[in-house]
Amino acid sequence: MSDQRLPDFIPWLPFYTLFQKEVRRFLRVASQTLVTPVITAALYLFIFGATLGTRISVLGGFSYAQFVIPGLILMGVINNAFSNAASSLFMSRYLGNIVDLLVTPLTPAQFIMAYTLAAMLRGLAVGVVVWLISLFFATLPWAHPLLVVAMAVLSSFLFAQFGIITAIYANSFDSLAMYTNFILLPLIYLGGVFYPISILPPAWAGLSHLNPLFYLIDGFRHALLGQGDLSFTTAFTVSILMALALFAWAATLIGRSYRLRT
Amino acid sequence: MTTQAAAGIKKYMSVPALAIRDLSKHYDGQPAVKGLSFSIDPGEIFGLLGPNGAGKSTTINMIAGVTRIGGGTIEVFGHDNRRDYRVTRRLVGVMHQEVVIDNFFTIDQTLKFHAGYYGVRVDPAWRERLIERLGLGPHLHKVMIKLSGGLKRRFMIAKAMLHKPRLLILDEPTAGVDVELRHTLWEFVHEINREGTTILLTTHYLEEAEQMCDRIAIMHHGELIALEATGALVERLGTRGVIVHLREPAETLPAELLAWGARLDDGGSSIRLTLPPPRTTGDLLDLLGRYEMPVADLETKRAGLEEVFLQITKAAPANGGE
Repeated sequence: MSDQRLPDFIPWLPFYTLFQKEVRRFLRVASQTLVTPVITAALYLFIFGATLGTRISVLGGFSYAQFVIPGLILMGVINNAFSNAASSLFMSRYLGNIVDLLVTPLTPAQFIMAYTLAAMLRGLAVGVVVWLISLFFATLPWAHPLLVVAMAVLSSFLFAQFGIITAIYANSFDSLAMYTNFILLPLIYLGGVFYPISILPPAWAGLSHLNPLFYLIDGFRHALLGQGDLSFTTAFTVSILMALALFAWAATLIGRSYRLRT
Repeated sequence: MTTQAAAGIKKYMSVPALAIRDLSKHYDGQPAVKGLSFSIDPGEIFGLLGPNGAGKSTTINMIAGVTRIGGGTIEVFGHDNRRDYRVTRRLVGVMHQEVVIDNFFTIDQTLKFHAGYYGVRVDPAWRERLIERLGLGPHLHKVMIKLSGGLKRRFMIAKAMLHKPRLLILDEPTAGVDVELRHTLWEFVHEINREGTTILLTTHYLEEAEQMCDRIAIMHHGELIALEATGALVERLGTRGVIVHLREPAETLPAELLAWGARLDDGGSSIRLTLPPPRTTGDLLDLLGRYEMPVADLETKRAGLEEVFLQITKAAPANGGE
């Protein structure tokens, strides 16, 4: 180290390195992070596509399998984008190795984008595999392919932010599990993955409109099947607004290093 | 080299490696660091000592960016560590007291990641040197969870140095490590210091600090209570406790020995005292010889940091009443 000049600084490298590390982290435990969610989705597909689904009446000209597949794909995207960001960031905080990032020139924007993109990648990867498996049960019309991609990307982004926020507020593994079990799962299951909101009694249908997941799932299904409970514009606009609000929340927390720096 | 470039380098070398001014930090209303000010010259090995809870790690964490600064300023080679954090964090390498690892990856992978976080490409020669000097070669492809405690420490040293920091901070680097690693570490620290790296280290061991540091600062209750050249501090505070076992029990002590604070013990068969500077063990033996008090055995005990703290803190009680 006789050379007193600092090594050349590559401004984007801290972001790329953290992104790469996060991707390698979930690939390293792929049996938990990729295979398990795909098996879960495949079981749902088998139950609702090949067995029970054949006995449920056709909805809006589509089979029940065709109806449920968009919801199952998006469920995979959402669950895994959320889990990746939440578990990775929480573990870093819990084990203390977050200091490895805090002492570096990584900016808050790089920090949040690296965690977000890695989480999105895992969510979307699971979504693609679930879609591929769904081809054994039914084919979908892909009414608006670009909007399908847009809704999937938007959903993964939104739940990556939710994962980051959860990882920051969670104090223990129990509280992390509480966010998943008492917030995320009820929202997903009551958000129209398995049934159209239009078949609910008016009061329950009205309540479902308060569920943010309803807009994501309905928008995604609309883009794939060409019809949904809401207009696509409404679903997409509400989804964009939710994504922006959660991003602003997460960015504020990371920008202030809330619960990251003492 | 152009005149302008030479002037730039000269200016860079003339600023302190670290300048801390009026630094403070509170946790839940309790002060952890109170109005701390000191600076470290480029190329210095500087020891920051103090008992547990003195505020050393809080200070180091504020320098490194792990802890927010409560008040005051920190400059690293003239750069403010809040405003210019992307520069100061590249200038600083820190080995934390707690073993911090990511169990998912191997040493090799983690070192690559760490250089990347600092925005630098790994210098292969420097990386090889770190791996060789710290004995990490045979373990490069082991995942962290399988490493022994000593290897984890070695890895943490490599990690702190990989991006070639100009100020290396070692927070209790030898706590709980074996003699071999201790020697390896200190040799290497001296080596990189000779090559221009400034070192800030904390330790509980006065003897280590005495061997390593050019200057020593002592913190207590978040405040700086001593800061001076190591030799001067040891001269002033590093007293030596002595027990002299006499061949024949004595009934009284010469007035000269009583003036040194000596007292008889074990029914007059031993003398206990703390040698007052600048007295030495040789002076004591001469004096006993003059009074014809034959010595059977002699035990000496160097005052530890605890005793030094006790001396200093007695002289400078904390204001905060913690």
